[in-house]
Amino acid sequence: MSVPEQLRYSEEHEWVSGLENEDGIVTVGITQYAADALGEIVFIELQAGEGDTVEAGEPCGEVESTKSVSDIYSPVSGEITAINATVVDEPKVINDDPYGEGWIFKVRISEEPGDLLDATAYSKLIEEG
Amino acid sequence: MSRKTPLYEVHAGLDATLVDFAGYRMPLRYKSETAEHRAVRTAAGLFDLSHMGEIFVTGPEAGAALDYALVGELSTLAVGRARYTMICAPDGGVLDDLIVYRLAAETFLVVANAANTDTVRAELTERAAGFEAAVDDRSASYALVALQGPRSQAVLSGHTAAPLADLRYYAVMAGEVGGVDALIARTGYTGEDGFELFVSSADAEALWRALADADDVVPAGLSARDTLRLEAGMPLYGNELTAETTPYEAGLGRVVKLGKKADFVGRSALAAQAETPPGRRLVGLVARGRRAPRKGYPVVGSDGTPCGVVTSGAPSPTLGRPIAMAYVDSGAADSGLAVDVRGRHEPVDVVPLPFYKRS
Repeated sequence: MSVPEQLRYSEEHEWVSGLENEDGIVTVGITQYAADALGEIVFIELQAGEGDTVEAGEPCGEVESTKSVSDIYSPVSGEITAINATVVDEPKVINDDPYGEGWIFKVRISEEPGDLLDATAYSKLIEEG
Repeated sequence: MSRKTPLYEVHAGLDATLVDFAGYRMPLRYKSETAEHRAVRTAAGLFDLSHMGEIFVTGPEAGAALDYALVGELSTLAVGRARYTMICAPDGGVLDDLIVYRLAAETFLVVANAANTDTVRAELTERAAGFEAAVDDRSASYALVALQGPRSQAVLSGHTAAPLADLRYYAVMAGEVGGVDALIARTGYTGEDGFELFVSSADAEALWRALADADDVVPAGLSARDTLRLEAGMPLYGNELTAETTPYEAGLGRVVKLGKKADFVGRSALAAQAETPPGRRLVGLVARGRRAPRKGYPVVGSDGTPCGVVTSGAPSPTLGRPIAMAYVDSGAADSGLAVDVRGRHEPVDVVPLPFYKRS
């Protein structure tokens, strides 16, 4: 199970990259563990659009697979600057490349993110199920 | 701790995603459930169904015992044929749906859903008590492998000398497959042509490996099995059928043989239900949007008031749109229905079942 070292993770199985960026814009997606657990993703929708704000720990969208539906939680607070049109058009990209082409949205963070997990802690979380 | 089927190591070796289902550790999917679904529609898929229950009813009065225990008239079933039937409670509620194979004049094989095998065995044992018939649950010593899809006969004929072309739909014969003794049945739960192979647990792996070896055979998991049966409009116990459902509500009143001579458990309740129009009916739904109705989601009428509930739903790989089965109040109009998908009313159209029929 791939858990890239350079990313940070939420307990709701989202990943965050770019926390070190000076412009404060981070990229968010769901982890391979989450994508595998969902099965083939057939639909994704964000309730918020570009320019809207999201709150850390609050649901901001839904992801639907062949088998189930889950909420997407924003792991950070801030303003959405981009939504990945590729995954909206072709959600299966999230299964194929969850940490790359399958990113979901970008946020300009408005406050320091709280309790994000590093790769070691997230690996432990998913091993414990 | 869930039980493992005789093919557990095979699934683990294929890196299957395993889930607990009816007390067994079962493959949900191997790689892509959509690819597995499509393989069954276009070529062939191989399923481990060893969790299903195999209960033998034998003896001079085995047929009579089943006539009393089940809603069908099994004593009239020809040797070598199979029938879809149900076991009902005295109030007419469905305890399980079954396939019964008549293997010999005095030997019937009753195949029950995994979650209901204990109930079916207990009920059959009790109901057969007054007959010269024995009930023997051999689920633990049997494995069940299904080969389903249009290529099934071509694939299977490479591993058996049994005259498959002569084996009709809902028929069964004994034969050797891949060097092991099997009961070869032309039955399934996918809406495609195909075979279900009952073998000794010890032979399951050899059979699986022989069949999986063909190029156009894809191992398929429970996820694909569920979307295949849903497209085929086949009910799933626990979803469309429960102890609170009558066969008539499910649109399956034809399996209740009220005309048979023998008395049977549930007869008076079922006879009354047959005379009264059911308060709800099972319908097929196709969503106009991309959101799939799911089990338990409310169905609402054009004025937004609830008028039913979804029993099964999923994106249909064959139709390319979400489909569902739902119980809808008999009085509700077919037009203007929607499904409440997590607070949003997504419009659906009522369509006749099945969603998919093989050509």
